[in-house]
Amino acid sequence: MALVLNEEQSMLRDSARGLISDKAPVAHLRKLRDTNDTNGFSRDLWKTFAEMGFAGLLVPEDFGGSGLGAVEAGVVMEEIGRTLMPSPFLSTGVVAATALTRGGNAAQKSEYLTRLAKGDLIASLAVDEGAKHRPLKTAMQAVRAGNGFKLKGAKAFVVDGHAADLLIVAARTAGQPRERDGLTLFLVDPKAKGIEIERTAMVDAHNAARIAFNDVDVTADGVLGEVDQGAVLLEGILNVGRAAVASEMVGVSEESFTRTVTYLKERKQFGKLIGEFQALQHRAAHLYTEIEITKAAVMKALQALDSDFDKAGAAVAVAKAKAGSTATLAVQEAVQMHGGVGMTDAFDIGFFMKRARVCQELFGDAAYHAEQLARLKGY
Amino acid sequence: MADMEKFRSETRAWLAANCPPEMRKPVANENDVFWGGRNTTFASEPQRLWFERMRDKGWTVPEWPKEYGGGGLDAEETKILRQEMAAISARLPLSSFGIWMLGPALLKYGTEAQKREHLPKIAAGLIRWCQGYSEPNAGSDLASLQTRADIDGDDYIINGQKIWTSMANFADWIFCLVRTDFSAKKHDGISFILFDMASKGVSTKPILLISGKSPFCETFFDNVRVPRSHVVGTVNRGWDVAKYLLQHERSMISGLGDRSGSRPLGQVAANSVGVDEHGQLDDPMLRGQIATFDVDEAAMACASERAVDLAKAGQGHPAYSSALKYYGTELNKRRHELLMSAGGVDALEWESERSREGLAARSWLRTKANSIEGGTSEVMLGIVAKRILDLPGA
Repeated sequence: MALVLNEEQSMLRDSARGLISDKAPVAHLRKLRDTNDTNGFSRDLWKTFAEMGFAGLLVPEDFGGSGLGAVEAGVVMEEIGRTLMPSPFLSTGVVAATALTRGGNAAQKSEYLTRLAKGDLIASLAVDEGAKHRPLKTAMQAVRAGNGFKLKGAKAFVVDGHAADLLIVAARTAGQPRERDGLTLFLVDPKAKGIEIERTAMVDAHNAARIAFNDVDVTADGVLGEVDQGAVLLEGILNVGRAAVASEMVGVSEESFTRTVTYLKERKQFGKLIGEFQALQHRAAHLYTEIEITKAAVMKALQALDSDFDKAGAAVAVAKAKAGSTATLAVQEAVQMHGGVGMTDAFDIGFFMKRARVCQELFGDAAYHAEQLARLKGY
Repeated sequence: MADMEKFRSETRAWLAANCPPEMRKPVANENDVFWGGRNTTFASEPQRLWFERMRDKGWTVPEWPKEYGGGGLDAEETKILRQEMAAISARLPLSSFGIWMLGPALLKYGTEAQKREHLPKIAAGLIRWCQGYSEPNAGSDLASLQTRADIDGDDYIINGQKIWTSMANFADWIFCLVRTDFSAKKHDGISFILFDMASKGVSTKPILLISGKSPFCETFFDNVRVPRSHVVGTVNRGWDVAKYLLQHERSMISGLGDRSGSRPLGQVAANSVGVDEHGQLDDPMLRGQIATFDVDEAAMACASERAVDLAKAGQGHPAYSSALKYYGTELNKRRHELLMSAGGVDALEWESERSREGLAARSWLRTKANSIEGGTSEVMLGIVAKRILDLPGA
C-alpha cells in the first residue's frame, strides 16, 4: 500500500477540512472555554458532524455507518488537530465505535451502534486509574454478584466522561494489577446507582472526568467481549485510539509549524526578517523534517491497523511515540520563535502547546511507547 | 492489484530458490560488498552466483528499461522486489555509484548513444565508476570548482584536482564536473563529462581517514584528453545534471538508516551487556536510548518508503531528499554511538581478533563523514529552509 492518501481519502480530507475550519476554528474552542460551556464542545456541531457521516465513519454499514477504516479516522483526526476542535469524535466515533464493533455481540451492536452513527449517543472509554497510562495496572474490581457484577473503584482521565451516555469500563474480574489475564470490559450506564462523575476541565480546555464506582451493578449483558480475556480486545481498541491521537498530533504539529513559518516571514528584528537568520532557518528545517518523518510513521500505523489489525502493535507504538516527541518539539519551537507574543493568552499558539501536552499523555506518552517497542523487540 | 500479488509470490519463490543462504546474512566486512569493475574478483562462490543470477534477471537495476540491462519493472514492482529481498535479509548483489548516481542522470540527460554505451555495463557490473565533484576549495560551495576543460579540436584537455573521490583508486571511469566557461557566472560555466580513469594524465592518491582507512582519494588531471562527445547534457549546463544526480546521491545516503540487513541494536547490546531477570537489557539508560533510537529509525524507514510513493503520486518535492539525507545521516551517527556504548571497552580495541580489527570503532568513525559527504547537514537544512519552506534571504 502506498503511503499517500488515495482519491477517496483526499476527498474525505477536503470535506472534513472545509467543515472544521469553517465551523470550528481555534476561536470556537476559545469561546467554549471563556463561556465555561457545560459540555466543553458544541452538541449542534457534533450533530452536523454526524449528518456528514463522520460520527459513524468506523461503524459498519449495517448499523448506519460508513464502514471505513483507521486511515479515514486518522484523516479526520488530523484536521481536528489543525483547529483544536473539541468534539466527541475520538471518544465516541473512534474508540467506542471500535470497541463496540470489535467486541460487541449482536444485541449490543444493534442497541448502540446505530445511535452512535446518528450522533445520538456519546460513549467514553474508562481505562486509566493513575497519573500515567498503564492499562495492565488496572486495579478496579468487578466482583461477581448473582448473575452479574459489582464494580468498585475509580477511573481518571475519562475523555468526555462528563457528557457520556455510555461508559466502556475496564475492570478486573480476576488476577492482580500488572497481569494480563483477568481483565474484562463492561458497558455501563453512567446514570446507574453508585456512580459519581466529576468533570475535569483540562489545561487544553477540553474535557474529561474522574469517575467513582461505588458498588455499581452491571448485569451479564453488560460484558463486552469475554470475561477475563479483555486484554487483547482492550489493546486493539487502544491501538486505534493511539493511532488516532497520533494523527491529531500530526495536525497540531503541522498547524503550529505553518503558523511559525508564516511568522518567520513577517516579523522583523535587527532590521531583518527573522526568517533570514540561519539559526532559525535550520531549526525550522529540522522541525519540517521531523514532521515529515512522523507523518510517514503515522500513516504506516493507520494502514497496518486496516490491513493486519492484530499485528499493528509495533507500528502503532512507533507512531504514537514519534508523534508525541514531534508535537512536543513543534509547539515548543512555535512558542519560542513567536517570542513574547507566543506567551500571551490572547494569541492562539499557546492553545496548541496545551493540546499537544494532553495528546502526549493520552493512551501513553512517547516513553511508554518506546518501552512497548523495546518489549516487542525483546530487549 | 491481483497482478501485484502474483508478482509478489513469484518474486518470493524466485528469491527463495536463487538467493544463496550465505547472501542472507548481514554484511560483516568490506569483502562482503561486491562493487564490480574491470579488475573485480568475487570474494566467494555464493557472492558470484547471487550476482550473476540477479544480473541475468536485470535485477541489479530492476527499474531500468530492459534495453539498457535493467529489469523493466515499474515503481510498484520494484518496491515489492525490495520488500521481498529485505524480508529474507538478502544482500545487494551489486553496489555501484553507477547504479545509484550516474545511471539516473544518464537516463534523464544522456544521448541514446551514451545510454547504450554505458548503462548496460553498469547493470552488468563491468565498469566501476567514481564521482569527481569536490575540489580542495569547492566542497560545500561546490559551484566554486576550478578544474578546467579547454577545447582542442574534437577534444577537451582537462587540468585540475578533485578531492574526496570515493574509491577512485579502484574505479574504471569517472563522472566529473569541469569548468568549460570561466567568464560565465559560477553555476553557468560548468559541464558534466565522462572519461576513462586509465587515460593518460590521471593519477590518484588515497587519503587516510580517522577510521584508519582510505575510502577516499585525491585525484589529479594533468592534460587529460577527452572527446567532446563525452559531455552529458548541454555544455555549460552541467549544473542541472549535477543537481539531479545529487538528489539521487542524497537518497542513497539517507538510506543508510535502512538497517534491514544488519543485527538489531537491542540484540547487539544484549549480547554485550547482558540481561536482567526479566530478560531486559542490564543497563536501563542504554535500553531507553536504544528504544528511542528504534522509534526514530522505524519512522525514518517509513519516510524513505513514503518518499518513493510521493514521487510516484506526483506529490514529491525535489528538495525532499535533502531533508531525508539530513535525518538519515544523523540517525546513522546516533546508531554507531549506541553501538560503541553497547560494545564498551571491547569495541575500543583497534587491532584484535576479538574486535575483528576494530570493526565497530572504524565503522563508528566512518559514519562521522555521513553528515559531511554529499552535502553537509547544514547545507541540507539550508536547502530545506529556502526551497521547501521558502524562508527569505537566499
